[in-house]
Amino acid sequence: MTLETRYGVPTVAVHTDMFERVVRSVAQVNGMPGLRQVFVPQPIMGKTPAELRRYVDGRDPVTGRPVMQEVVEGLTRPFADAELGPAEFERSTPRMLEPDTEDNLHRRFLDNRWTDMLPIVLPTEARVAAMLAGTRRRPDEIVGRMRSTHFREHWAYSVETVAVNAVMAGARPEYFPVILALAATGVTARSSSSSAMAAMAVVNGPLRHEIGMNAGIGAMGPYNHANATIGRAYGLLSQNGQGGSVPGLSYMGNQGNGYAYSSLTFAENEERSPWEPFHVQHGRKPEESAVSVFSGVRATAFTLGLRARYWREHVRNLLRGLDPNGPPTLLLDPIAARQFVDRGGFAKKNALVDWLHDNALLPAGEYWDYQLVQNYIYPRATFGEQPWAAGLAAAPDALIPMFRREDIHVVVVGGETNGYWRIMGCNYQKTVSVDDWR
Amino acid sequence: MNTLGVLSPVGFPPKVTRQHPAPRLDGLDGKTVYLVDCRFDDSDIFLGQMQAWLAEHLSGVRTVLRRISSVYLHDDPTTWEEIRSRGHAAILGVGH
Repeated sequence: MTLETRYGVPTVAVHTDMFERVVRSVAQVNGMPGLRQVFVPQPIMGKTPAELRRYVDGRDPVTGRPVMQEVVEGLTRPFADAELGPAEFERSTPRMLEPDTEDNLHRRFLDNRWTDMLPIVLPTEARVAAMLAGTRRRPDEIVGRMRSTHFREHWAYSVETVAVNAVMAGARPEYFPVILALAATGVTARSSSSSAMAAMAVVNGPLRHEIGMNAGIGAMGPYNHANATIGRAYGLLSQNGQGGSVPGLSYMGNQGNGYAYSSLTFAENEERSPWEPFHVQHGRKPEESAVSVFSGVRATAFTLGLRARYWREHVRNLLRGLDPNGPPTLLLDPIAARQFVDRGGFAKKNALVDWLHDNALLPAGEYWDYQLVQNYIYPRATFGEQPWAAGLAAAPDALIPMFRREDIHVVVVGGETNGYWRIMGCNYQKTVSVDDWR
Repeated sequence: MNTLGVLSPVGFPPKVTRQHPAPRLDGLDGKTVYLVDCRFDDSDIFLGQMQAWLAEHLSGVRTVLRRISSVYLHDDPTTWEEIRSRGHAAILGVGH
C-alpha cells in the first residue's frame, strides 16, 4: 500500500491463499479495498523451484484464474469506482447492547467471539460500576491502543472498556489497577501471528500481597483467583479492545497456544529469591508495584535442579532446544535459583544472564539457516544491525551467540516443593507501574 | 421474561479514509517491473520463478529482483525510492 499511495507505483501483492481473508480485511481497513492481490497455494516454505514454478504457471486458488494473468492485469487494468470503496466510513461501538435474556446474551457473546469460549460473567452496568470503583481514573479515559499485528489499525479502549472485560473474566475490583496497567502497555495478548504466540505477565511489589496473588505452589496454574482472572482479563481485553481475534481473519496461530487462556500471569517470589526483583531491574523501586509483560510466549524447556558435575552442559542443552528467534526467560523455583548461586557463583542475576549469553552458542552455519533467523534476524544483520551483523562474518563452524544479551531474563517463581525450573522462549516488552492505575 | 442490559466489550476503531492507488500502466512492454522479495520464508525462490516466467512470456518487460533492506515489519524508503525512480511497477511477495 505504501508503494501505491506514497510512491505512486502500481503494485500487485502476492499472498498464499490461507491468508485471503486477512489481507483483504487489512486492505479494507487501510482504505484500499480494491488493492490488487493475487493468491498462490500455501505453503511457499520448503518447496522446490520446480514446485514454485508450478504455482506461477497455475491458477489462483481463490479466483480460479491464471496467476500471471491476474498479475499482469493487476498492473494494467484501471480501477473501477466500485473498487475504490467509500471516501470514508466510521465504525461505531455502542456502549450498551440491546437488552436480552441471560441465555441469549451469553449466546451473543459467544457468537461474536467476544469470549475465550469459557463461560463469562455478563457485564451489567452494576458489575461494571463496581469494577470501576477499583480505580480513581475516569471511565471515559482512553487507556491505550492495540492491534493484533503490525499491518492492522490500532483500536482504542477506555477505562470502562477494560472494566467490562475485567468483569467478564471474573476479576475483582481490587485487581483492576493491574488489569489497567496491562492494558496501558499496548502489548496485545492476542497476536495474530501464525506462530501462535501467547503473553506472559509478571507482577512485582507490595500489591501482590494486597490482592492475594500467588508466587508459590501452582503460581502459573489454575490455583489462584487473582492470577487466573487478571491474566484472563488481559486476554479478553486484548481480543476485544483491538477489534477481534478471529481464526482465519484476525488470528492465524497455526496450532493455537494454551498459555493464552491465562496469559501466564503470576507474581514473582521476591521474598524467596536470592536476587533483586524483576521490576527493580527495570527501573522501579522495591516499594512500587509494577507489572512486566512478555510477548511471543511459545517454547518451553524444563529440567530439575542443577547437577554438580554436568549442570553447565544440561543448561546449554536446554538453551539449544529453543529457537534463536525466541530468547530465553528463565523461570526459576527458589530452590533452583539458589542452586545457580551455589553452583555457578551467580550472586547477581546479571552474572547469570552473562553466563547464559556466553554459553548459548551455535555454529554460525546452523544459526543462520534457522527459518525464523532467515525471516527476522538475517535481514536486520544484512542491514548492518549489531550484534547480528558481526555474526555474518563468522565461519560456518564458528560458534556464535544464539541470543542478544539484553533479550535474556530471569524471574523467580515457585513454591519450593522441588527444584524444577523452566525456560520460556519469549520477548520481554516493558514494565509499567500499577500504582499509577489505582 | 427477564432481560438484562449489558455493556459492549469492544474497543473503538479508527475512521477509515479512502486511499488512492497509483494509476495503472497502459501495458508492460518496455517497462521495468520490480519483483520485491519481502524476505519471508522462501519468497526469493518463488519470485525467481515469477521472474523466469516474465522473461519467457513477456520478453519486452525488464525485471529487477530486489530484496527489501530489512524485515518486512520495517518501512524501506530506500528501496521504494529506487523503484519509483527506476521502475514502473512492482510485484510484492510473498505474504503468508
